[in-house]
Amino acid sequence: MHNLFIGELAERLGKRQISSVELTRHFLSRIERLNPALNAFITLTAERALQDAAAADARLAAGEKGPLLGIPLIHKDIFCTDGVKTSCGSRMLDNFVAPYDATVVARLKGAGTVMLGKSNMDEFAMGSSNETSYYGPVKNPWDISKVPGGSSGGSAAATAARLTPIATGTDTGGSIRQPAALTGVTGLKPTYGRVSRYGMIAFASSLDQAGVFARSAGDAAAVLQAMAGFDPRDSTSVDVPVPDYAKALGAPLKGLKIGLLREFFDGLEPRNAALIEEALNIYTGLGAETREVSLPHLPLSVPTYYVVAPAECSSNLSRFDGVRFGYRCEDPKDLLDLYKRSRGEGFGAEVKRRIMTGTYVLSAGYFDAYYLKAQKARRMITDDFRTAFEKVDLVIGPTTPTPAFDIGAKMNDPVLMYLNDIYTIGANLAGLPGVSVPCGFVDGLPMGLQLIGPHFAEAKLLNAAHQYQQATDWHKHAPRGYE
Amino acid sequence: MSLTRQDVEKIAHLARLSITEQEMPVYVTSLSSIVDFVDELSRTDTSGVQPMAHPLDGQRQRLRADEVTESDHHEKYQGNAPAVAAGLYVVPRVIE
Repeated sequence: MHNLFIGELAERLGKRQISSVELTRHFLSRIERLNPALNAFITLTAERALQDAAAADARLAAGEKGPLLGIPLIHKDIFCTDGVKTSCGSRMLDNFVAPYDATVVARLKGAGTVMLGKSNMDEFAMGSSNETSYYGPVKNPWDISKVPGGSSGGSAAATAARLTPIATGTDTGGSIRQPAALTGVTGLKPTYGRVSRYGMIAFASSLDQAGVFARSAGDAAAVLQAMAGFDPRDSTSVDVPVPDYAKALGAPLKGLKIGLLREFFDGLEPRNAALIEEALNIYTGLGAETREVSLPHLPLSVPTYYVVAPAECSSNLSRFDGVRFGYRCEDPKDLLDLYKRSRGEGFGAEVKRRIMTGTYVLSAGYFDAYYLKAQKARRMITDDFRTAFEKVDLVIGPTTPTPAFDIGAKMNDPVLMYLNDIYTIGANLAGLPGVSVPCGFVDGLPMGLQLIGPHFAEAKLLNAAHQYQQATDWHKHAPRGYE
Repeated sequence: MSLTRQDVEKIAHLARLSITEQEMPVYVTSLSSIVDFVDELSRTDTSGVQPMAHPLDGQRQRLRADEVTESDHHEKYQGNAPAVAAGLYVVPRVIE
């Protein structure tokens, strides 16, 4: 049952061959058995899941149909869930029970999904390996000595291990696409503004976007359909009509122009490059045309991001003051001591590092040299993408420079860790949608193929990913022990 | 080291973060390496480029009518507060 795609599950639920309660029990028992080795969850909501499943069964019994009705899922612990602990992977919010649902949570609930739990993540989504979580690292189901990527590492690992058919995530610099690649699942980061961020705990507001983990592009399309759309409660939500993503999946790729990002291939590890070449051959076979495109300013994207994102994080995280919610230190001697120790003790090392980086680049005397300079570089990178999309429909390249690395390998060198995001950050800086799909293995570990499209081109992206998955079976491989 | 211990102490104060003695040298080193890394930007010619603050350029920030749209949930919200009295958040005495 856990190897079925949600289209197949929905069909069986619709025909009453299985019930949502049975399906939910199946996944809960897998979680109970397999999660202890992975640490993919912060909170399990088994009781509530069974109630939600019974409600979905009642809707199904009344003849209602829907692609997500009765389908279990997990939410990254960055999304507020009414009455359920929402920690964002931090000691700061270890005692925080969200007083309302995020729009993403409410919409998916309305579509009839069943929440199994909240997934582990890098603290406040700051990390590329899921090692910064207050709740300990998540392990990669392909090899538990390896990281699953981050920051949405729990959602990725749980989807790969078939502990859930689908999961939500967020992507500020690659936090959906990178862990999707390192765990062999499909991960979609939509266009900035496509999905509401109301109730999604903020990291870097000009970059954050909610998205999906699934085992196929078709499944991701069904989830995006329910998540996407205008929300008056999010001032960055864009009022652009949501197309029928499932319908877009049939379109042939003949004549589709795919751009190979030259900068992504410079210095790429040969085995990784060979997988991308192989994927290109598949696309050529499907009738797509490929040509090389260049984004000359792309090498600036990592330094640009590591100015812009920390600056915004230092501002967003100033709300954690030990007064209104979250962690408060013991016996503060005055208000300043309360602020400093609550924040110093409540935040972990990487979060403090980013707050301080952001404070520094925004401080008097440095603003022009760092923050304003980075905003200018951001425009140059964005303009490069715009120029590329005048010539091609989509651009293609690897999602990550290497497969999953050892737990602990990069924790003492933040700059080395930041370079994991080298291929994913560009899409965030330019607000573009991107998808990562499994495209093969290096050293027995999955690798991802990344497709990036123009703003609001999710339908085209998902179709290109879907057509690739019709021609290949990389997305069907399960890690050993989780088949 | 591009940042000194004094620099990091000042930044930590501005950010309202207490940093322990053991943590301090680690931050001096790692923040210096980050500042050196992002300094690559200073070698890029950006003259004439307009800074970009929003990824969807030209997107206007929406305004809404100034009307009450939410009901009062202060009791529920204050359920998450470390200390509350009479519907107010409690902090250490600020004025003697």
